[in-house]
Amino acid sequence: MNSSMVIGQYVPGDSVVHRIDPRAKIAVIFFFVIIVFFANSVMSYGLLTLFAVASAASSKVPLPFIMKGLKPVWFLIIFTFLLHLFVTRQGEVLFSLFGWDIYEEGVIQGAVLSLRFFLLILVTSLLTLTTTPIEITDAIEELLGPLKKVRFPVHELALMMSISLRFIPTLMQETEKISKAQASRGVDFRTGSFKDRIQAIVPLLVPLFVSAFKRAEELAMAMEARGYQGGEGRTKLRELKLGKRDFILFAVFLLLVVGLFVTRN
Amino acid sequence: MSHIEFRNVSFRYQEDSPWVLKNVSFTIGSDEWVAIIGHNGSGKSTIAKLMNGLLFPQEGEILVDGETVKPDTIWNIRKRVGMVFQNPDNQFVGTTVKDDVAFGMENHGVPREVMIERIQTSLEAVKMQDYEKHEPHRLSGGQKQRVAIASVLAVSPQYIILDEATAMLDPKGRKQIMRTIRDVQEEQNLALITITHDLQEVTEANRVLVMNEGEVWMEGGPRDIFSKKDQLKEIGLDTPFVSQLAEQLGHAGIKLSREPLHHEELLEELWTFRSNM
Repeated sequence: MNSSMVIGQYVPGDSVVHRIDPRAKIAVIFFFVIIVFFANSVMSYGLLTLFAVASAASSKVPLPFIMKGLKPVWFLIIFTFLLHLFVTRQGEVLFSLFGWDIYEEGVIQGAVLSLRFFLLILVTSLLTLTTTPIEITDAIEELLGPLKKVRFPVHELALMMSISLRFIPTLMQETEKISKAQASRGVDFRTGSFKDRIQAIVPLLVPLFVSAFKRAEELAMAMEARGYQGGEGRTKLRELKLGKRDFILFAVFLLLVVGLFVTRN
Repeated sequence: MSHIEFRNVSFRYQEDSPWVLKNVSFTIGSDEWVAIIGHNGSGKSTIAKLMNGLLFPQEGEILVDGETVKPDTIWNIRKRVGMVFQNPDNQFVGTTVKDDVAFGMENHGVPREVMIERIQTSLEAVKMQDYEKHEPHRLSGGQKQRVAIASVLAVSPQYIILDEATAMLDPKGRKQIMRTIRDVQEEQNLALITITHDLQEVTEANRVLVMNEGEVWMEGGPRDIFSKKDQLKEIGLDTPFVSQLAEQLGHAGIKLSREPLHHEELLEELWTFRSNM
């Protein structure tokens, strides 16, 4: 078992982006995702791209990790581009490809939409690359705080998330143990048809579920014994504090928004 | 007033199931180390769960420092009665050592500044201060149990119950835990209640309660208990190796003046026996 196992995509680091309050990060990314759809000129797209690329650069996350985050969506980006390239029939005909006319508008539309996609994915993956899952959980708990008034179980949700995070490595170790135990009894996980392999998972999943339920029961008992009685009257060790850094981010982002609306047509 | 008292306690899990505890009464002082032994199903784990209100008795009463354990007093009582369970993994709530130690304090609404201070002191008490930021999957079973003890200590209880806390550990982990417990009991003025199968653990206690079929079957110091080997065998309990060796020596004509509890004592006995010859 790898002792430095990291859950999710988090890349440990100490950059400015890493140290920004997770709530500020989530808020800025949320609004960035919205304003991306307001851009409509070369300048406005330029500004957004500058912001996204500058953030990525200042996070000091090695490029391969960022590319890895983009990997699943490359197909989508290229597909969108091609779709627009071939289907849009506006503007002047630029050239013909295998007897199919490519229009000017198609190239522009394709490029714009692909760029949007790229920006969205880049910025959102920066969140998971520079923030630990537990920080994200804390931030979500804080940001959803107002929903407590309408009886939305915010604290419970956050606790569920943090317990899941805590038990992922434990259950993975257990899966490994069970699969070895079953393999030693002759279960073959690797060869055979797709159907055979699916069937081989059953003797793995059943004991895993049984033990997960047992764990859950014992954990609940231990939590109760340690005085857990819901979110009411609870204090917190992990504390989120907005600092100077976060306000600078807000200011920069505000400038970006202003700049965007000035430069758009 | 400061003691845990069981007054004629009877308990069963369901209406139609047999009684797990039958009219049990005993007292545990606030600075004692009491071991509760008995084979599986003798009701010893039930006793632990009754002490901090995870279960409630059908008959009788349980008092913690004069306060009856009932649904509206349990939160207060759980502050005073801490509990460490058997499985090291299934009682680790936090994502890191620090967070786990904080969990109990967070539940009891301890202010953040106090928490930070107590995390430090309680981790030092179990010698785990260097592991503050470790995730549970990077710790051994024994280390996790030490963290569990630290978590309990952080709430500063008067009583700590160890419900077979060493049962799932290897001999090394077990030794670590026993040393930790001993240190904690010596340094901090609190009561220990160990529920165990491990006979070596029993020899360290001040007093032993032997449970059998839901009743307190025998009560006394570890030396008294282990000198009654035949009776213990009757209910399926074994005595420590040293104690058995002493018995065999007795059969061979070497009568020791007292029941030895561990190797040093046996050595001492043999040494004096030889010089008295």
